[in-house]
Amino acid sequence: MTRPEIRVEDLHKSFGGNHVLRGIDLEIAQGEVVCVIGPSGSGKSTLLRCVNLLEEPTGGRVFVGDTELTDPDVDIDAVRRRIGMVFQQFNLFPHLSVTENLTLPQRRVLRRDRATAARVAAENLARVGLSEKADAFPSSLSGGQQQRVAIARALAMGPEVMLFDEPTSALDPELVGDVLAVMRRLAEDGMTMMVVTHEMTFAREVADRVVFMDGGVIVEEGSPDRVIGDPRHERTRHFLSRLLDPAMAEVEEETPDQVGKAEA
Amino acid sequence: MTDTDTRVQPRKTGLTRRQKRRLSRGAQYAVFAAAVIAFAVTADWGRLQNQFAQVDIARQLFPDLITVALKNTVLYTLSGFVVGLALGLVIALMRLSSVGPYRWLAGVYIEIFRGLPALLIFIFVGVGLPLAFPGIQYPGGTYGKVAVALGLVSAAYMAETIRAGIQAVPKGQTEAARSLGFSPARAMVSIVLPQAFRIILPPLTNELVLLFKDSSLVLFLGVTLEERELSKFGNDLASTTANSTPILVAGLCYLLITIPLSLVVRRMEARAQREIR
Repeated sequence: MTRPEIRVEDLHKSFGGNHVLRGIDLEIAQGEVVCVIGPSGSGKSTLLRCVNLLEEPTGGRVFVGDTELTDPDVDIDAVRRRIGMVFQQFNLFPHLSVTENLTLPQRRVLRRDRATAARVAAENLARVGLSEKADAFPSSLSGGQQQRVAIARALAMGPEVMLFDEPTSALDPELVGDVLAVMRRLAEDGMTMMVVTHEMTFAREVADRVVFMDGGVIVEEGSPDRVIGDPRHERTRHFLSRLLDPAMAEVEEETPDQVGKAEA
Repeated sequence: MTDTDTRVQPRKTGLTRRQKRRLSRGAQYAVFAAAVIAFAVTADWGRLQNQFAQVDIARQLFPDLITVALKNTVLYTLSGFVVGLALGLVIALMRLSSVGPYRWLAGVYIEIFRGLPALLIFIFVGVGLPLAFPGIQYPGGTYGKVAVALGLVSAAYMAETIRAGIQAVPKGQTEAARSLGFSPARAMVSIVLPQAFRIILPPLTNELVLLFKDSSLVLFLGVTLEERELSKFGNDLASTTANSTPILVAGLCYLLITIPLSLVVRRMEARAQREIR
């Protein structure tokens, strides 16, 4: 393994009395694609949001490259330029055209001149196959197109790492494929990626490693075939069976203190 | 009805649905017609025309009505709006600040200036402040004074409107901007505020309409002939001609501005409604 691009050490996060992350240790190597899976409320999105400090960790340390993000003296805006983030709800800027969505951050944050920003924007729109939508506004695009624009917007900043927070969960099923295709291409190009997802097929085919989280801890991790194909833990098996065959699931008692019991 | 039958029976009035509707509609029209007739009969039309609609008096008002009075009303209102918008934006941002004293100060300002009559603020700015600070000079003389007074009046309302607009922009917008490396201030200026102002354009325009009317309070500041606006102008000429026609004409001039503005607001609101869907 080469130098880890993302390193998370003993990460804790609480919202009030709700202990969402209970000591996460994770390293992601340069060019590695890691998919984080787990039931809702397992803390996987919070973990992802802690990696670029959209959520402030309660304890522990986060490194991207050689920079410690959790150091209070670090210029967080400068570090975030190196970390691209893609949201479940796309979060395109609705008052700007597609091209402006890509050029404004470059010009305001990276201080690129107009021509350079426009060139980089065009390159990245081509990369996600949406060159013909350059002048459209986000509201006129389908969800899948919006998400591809959001990926292009993040890529236009030249990030070293890309974080994806359930990028296909808000999409109509027939639009998921286009977004996954863009992500797969990105992975093949050697981008370091951390993906929170429910797309097991994607995880299986594209990920180098799959991390299963439940109750604020990493329950097991390993190659996709190992974790998804041959899960060791009962909780992983249970989660996967519900995900792969939701029609067969039984009605379960609600266990509100599940998080509390999760310390395995 | 047997006592085992517990179903509630509708009370019968003997009227069908159509009859009831006709009766109600007919009664409303009858009241309206009676009111119109009563007014037409009791009003002294000759006297009303004499008092409010003398064409030659109305003619005397021109061109000063437009070149001085209307012009000044527009100038006062717009300058007050600009001051109020700038001040309101600052107060709104203070209200949302993470620094406690700023939030507190903004809250106090809003509560005080929303609760005071505009007239009191005009007197305070026109008379109180110059007496308290003898060295103070409003830039632009009366124009500056009015801009400050109207600005103070409107800033409190606009601050609340702007704050609501900022809070109406989804949190994901700020998160997306921050994740791209925008600083909090830059995210606010480049991403949040442009969207917030789009949302609050209708209420801000309403505030402009209100300010047009409040600009009439210049009446109490003591202005030169050249600085008179519509209300002062109409009032002055009404007393020199001993006739109310100038008041009516001045009133029409206000409507000339406020009604189209209201229509614009209604348009914008209708469009916003469509976009939400």
